[in-house]
Amino acid sequence: MLDDFMWRAMIAGVLVAMAAAPLGCFVVWRRMAYFGDATAHAAILGVALALLLDVSIFFGVLTVALVMASCVSMLSGRGYAMDTLLGVMAHSALAIGLVAVSFLAGVRIDLSAYLFGDILAVGKTDIRIIGGGVALVLTLLFWRWSSLLTATLSDELAYASGIQPRREQLVLTLALAVVVAVALKVVGVLLIAALLIIPAATARPFCRTPEAMAILAAGIAMLAVTAGLRTAYVMDTPTGPTIVTLAAVLFTLATVVTQGWRLLRQRLQPASCHSGK
Amino acid sequence: MRLAQFPDSDAILNVCHLNVRFGGQHILENISLDLYREQVVTLIGPNGSGKSTLVKTLIGAVRPTSGQVTIAPQQRIGYVPQRLHLDPTLPMTVKRFINLPRRNPNRDVQKALEDAGAGALIDAAMSELSGGQFQRVLLARALLTRPDILILDEATQGLDHRGTAEFYQHIETVRRTYGCAVLMVSHDLHVVMRTADHVLCLNRVICCEGKPEQVASSPDYQALFGDQTAQTLALYRHHHQEAANAG
Repeated sequence: MLDDFMWRAMIAGVLVAMAAAPLGCFVVWRRMAYFGDATAHAAILGVALALLLDVSIFFGVLTVALVMASCVSMLSGRGYAMDTLLGVMAHSALAIGLVAVSFLAGVRIDLSAYLFGDILAVGKTDIRIIGGGVALVLTLLFWRWSSLLTATLSDELAYASGIQPRREQLVLTLALAVVVAVALKVVGVLLIAALLIIPAATARPFCRTPEAMAILAAGIAMLAVTAGLRTAYVMDTPTGPTIVTLAAVLFTLATVVTQGWRLLRQRLQPASCHSGK
Repeated sequence: MRLAQFPDSDAILNVCHLNVRFGGQHILENISLDLYREQVVTLIGPNGSGKSTLVKTLIGAVRPTSGQVTIAPQQRIGYVPQRLHLDPTLPMTVKRFINLPRRNPNRDVQKALEDAGAGALIDAAMSELSGGQFQRVLLARALLTRPDILILDEATQGLDHRGTAEFYQHIETVRRTYGCAVLMVSHDLHVVMRTADHVLCLNRVICCEGKPEQVASSPDYQALFGDQTAQTLALYRHHHQEAANAG
């Protein structure tokens, strides 16, 4: 089964979706969308450094993503608004990464593979690395779940329950860096944030508890990955962007259905009021 | 500095020469206070006087620059925050919220909600609650730990008169049934006068303290809150006592 490139792509994609979607819920709840984007964009710098130093790409990306995320955490609240800071850092990191890649004389690398992903080229080693990373992220989320949620609600409530909000922030930062490193191969640096946020946003209107939202988001992400892979194969379109497009279609459908349902209820309600009088 | 033993054997919470500075700013200066079993202590003071900072220091969210906060062994703190903004993207039921960070048996959850006057809300979504209901759920969450010390930070902010009165009624019931001490920050001076055993008037330093009527007649208090308010309070206390005598 692992000898077929489509199966390898499917396994890699589903694994990444399983970790990215629940983590993406926290990104949405804590309003860290731009934070995820900045970390993902910095990954291209990690690719350049990894090629330059001849270390594994996964390791290079993980390191740079961690450094980037810690920098943002440290710099926040020191004079600049968070979105300004992230805007500066995200695009600077992307630009510097692209410049750094161009310095790699003698190495012909396929830049678009890193920008938009190259899921069909996933090898057996990649699957092992992705599997390890995903297991680590899911373990972290499962282990810290209640503390993470409490810290997301309010810093003071967390302190009063003996939870250190800064430590929980660190857990999320670490998980985010790992997800960026393993998702690079699947959707590329430009679209990683989409894999985090879109499934979570799609799941929101259908859920009453955080746990339900995380599980439904994971399901939606896995559906987008499998359907996207299939569509890309049939229509011969780029795989990473097709996966994100499928996720966007699911989001649009969910929004239309829930908003339509709400409008319908609003139209019905005044009528029942009148008849009540 | 850390004292080897608890300073006052009767007090369950002791604050000793506490100082808090942010940057170069002195937020709290030389604060000392004791809290005793079943005592109701109210913190009053103008905006920016450091009330919230003091509460945050007590629950461990702010680290004192010097001095210390000591809680007697095995005394649990229940904390009701000022207000809580729940991000609309975070789906949350009352039941799930109240079980954060630790899950509790359903029976205990229902009991805590009933004690806080929110017994019917267990399955409601947090986003559907009114201001008063939200505060009662926060109170219930604090009660689940069976606290010895209940700390409330302007818990009635944004509630109307009726909501405020009802909320304080629940606090009073809770204090009696749970036998806990209550330390609260309040702007509702009438309520302060009726319910508090001890009033601390804070303005970076503790500028006066004592029984409600002592504080109300103190010149420091009058300088902070104005003569008019002070007279209202003195009058209120007076009427209250007369009513009690008549009854």
